[in-house]
Amino acid sequence: MRISRRSVLASTSAAIAGATLPRFAFAQGAAIKLGTICDTSGPMQPFGTQKLQCVQLAVEEINAAGGLLGRNVEIVSYDAQSTDQLYAQFAQQLALRDRVAVVHAALQSSSREVIRPILRRANALYFYNTRYEGGVCDRNTFCTGTTPGQLLANLLPFMIKKFGKKIYVLAADYNFGQLSEKWTRKIAKENGAEVIASEFFPLDVSQFGPTIGKIQAAKPNFIVNTFVGPAHAAFYGQWAGTGMKKEIPIASQTFGEGGEHLRMPPELSEGIYVCYSYFEELDRAPNKAFLERFRKKFGTNYGYLSDLGTSEYMGVRFWAEAVKKAKSLEREPVIKALEAGIALDGPGGSMATDAKTHHFVFDMHLAEMKDRKFSILQSFSQVQPTNPEGVCDLIKNPNTNQQFEPKL
Amino acid sequence: MDFATIFLIQVAYAIASLALISVGLAIIYGMMRVINFAHGEFLMLGGYAVILPVQAGVNLWIAMLVIAPLVVGLFGVVVERLIIRPLYGRVIDTVLATWGLSLLMIGVASAVLGYYQEGSKPPLGSIAIGAYRESVYTFFVIGITGAILLALYLGLKRTRFGLLARGTMQNPAMAAGLGVDTGKMYAATFGLGAALSGLAGAILAPISGVVPVIGATYIAKAFITVISGGATVLAGTASAATLLGAVNQVVTFVATPVVGEVALLAAAIILLRLLPAGITGRLFRGGI
Repeated sequence: MRISRRSVLASTSAAIAGATLPRFAFAQGAAIKLGTICDTSGPMQPFGTQKLQCVQLAVEEINAAGGLLGRNVEIVSYDAQSTDQLYAQFAQQLALRDRVAVVHAALQSSSREVIRPILRRANALYFYNTRYEGGVCDRNTFCTGTTPGQLLANLLPFMIKKFGKKIYVLAADYNFGQLSEKWTRKIAKENGAEVIASEFFPLDVSQFGPTIGKIQAAKPNFIVNTFVGPAHAAFYGQWAGTGMKKEIPIASQTFGEGGEHLRMPPELSEGIYVCYSYFEELDRAPNKAFLERFRKKFGTNYGYLSDLGTSEYMGVRFWAEAVKKAKSLEREPVIKALEAGIALDGPGGSMATDAKTHHFVFDMHLAEMKDRKFSILQSFSQVQPTNPEGVCDLIKNPNTNQQFEPKL
Repeated sequence: MDFATIFLIQVAYAIASLALISVGLAIIYGMMRVINFAHGEFLMLGGYAVILPVQAGVNLWIAMLVIAPLVVGLFGVVVERLIIRPLYGRVIDTVLATWGLSLLMIGVASAVLGYYQEGSKPPLGSIAIGAYRESVYTFFVIGITGAILLALYLGLKRTRFGLLARGTMQNPAMAAGLGVDTGKMYAATFGLGAALSGLAGAILAPISGVVPVIGATYIAKAFITVISGGATVLAGTASAATLLGAVNQVVTFVATPVVGEVALLAAAIILLRLLPAGITGRLFRGGI
């Protein structure tokens, strides 16, 4: 075969052009890469596993419906083993080596704060799909979990009206628990109630004897907890073991999210109040269809699916919808499409983007634990995300990059 | 007044649980001078050795007081034979080997059992103390810790096994010269320490639950207690647990659990600065 100068020139210039093509312009037909980091081992395993499963389900459904822009979506997934260091490492890998189109990642707020700056710097679009303490204001980040303005702002007034005005707060000792406690104080005050004491626990604390003594001395009307992980779950047994269960009711920001209510005797969980964007028990046709698809794929032995999972599912669907609207995988058009407003009906209710905060509007449901089941007491339609005094406005100030805290 | 009672019960409970998690280590490290970094995982194994049989329908008390110490004790004998025995006298190598064992046990437990922890309520119900309520199981933990320490004291002081074990640990060559099978004594003593660790893990399991990484919350406190106690195994562990447990719990009541832990560590540092050989380096000398 004779190699002419012309053919060499032509092929090398094609190769150079290939090397310098924009990041997401893959060859026609190559799969679109979607990155996830979930804790599928370590203490956060019960939460991380359902998050990964929901991403898998959402991607499978997108591909079954013909994919995006004529291409299939492929998941690049890492297990961070419940450690923040690995989150940092895998976020770098997803953004720089795997060059994924979008990252859906993180359970704990501490993990989110590790990877958010990394992904922002790398211009890798980020979805944080977990209920959290609210206030993140970053153009590169979309938060499909609920915030205190949706959760506590509906849960606390109900509790205050039903039980009284003295609140005792128990919370995990990191940004999620600390900021949630501040929101609790602010929302309590707005409703004429008061937080009489707050205690914070590192994630490995599993002995609550002194705390239970102090709660009895303080005599609150109810307890608000933000417990995280398996060690904290020991509180419910010790609380019931002391016989205080019937005296002082509990409202929780986290109870049941890992299916822990199915693994403890009903007497420990009976009468705990929560307010989430999703429950398996919701009597809605889209939820029943969703659960059927989930169970068909993963079997029935998965425990309990909470909004940790459905937020992940909806996060992927919102991103896919934005890609379709933008007809592009590029970060900028996708962000613009999300900001232009997208609404989708999900298993828990209808959800819509809030352009200013990059958060979402939710239908919320208030429930009480009855015989290991969440019994829905009340639903709140289209609740806006936390954004006190409109401090976060990413349309007007796209360069904002901070987490706003409640003013007390 | 009622609050003071609750406060005192909780302080006693903190002391008891500290002594409980340390007593197995006191035998293995205090007597045998083997630095067992897998001590926390022995406690974890004890926890699972009560929770898994109970799920399978075994009576809680049989699982806790018989099965758990037996399982972990036998496991200890195997570990001594396979890992510890070739390394007697080689402190650093023992640390590495037992640390490796600890990581292996956490890994196996994570892979096999995972973190889907079963919630449970401590048995025995609760009683009212004035306007307050306290779990009866708290009293059980305090009582059984006292019983374990007493039994261990009598066992080491009054029985032939205790005498031989103490003799072997003090001077193995002399003991061997007098016809003691020192290899068997080492194995039995290590097994006893492991069994006590398993029992401790089992007793605490209904309160704290068990997860594969739970050992990490125990091991530092156990080592600090045994080292602060000094050379005399039982008196040292009991006195150090009393001091550190009381400091920890009082500060936890006044402030928070985090500050309580800090206070425990600070107390241990000050103690070892003043008494470098531990409490029994100065007091209660010549005891057990």
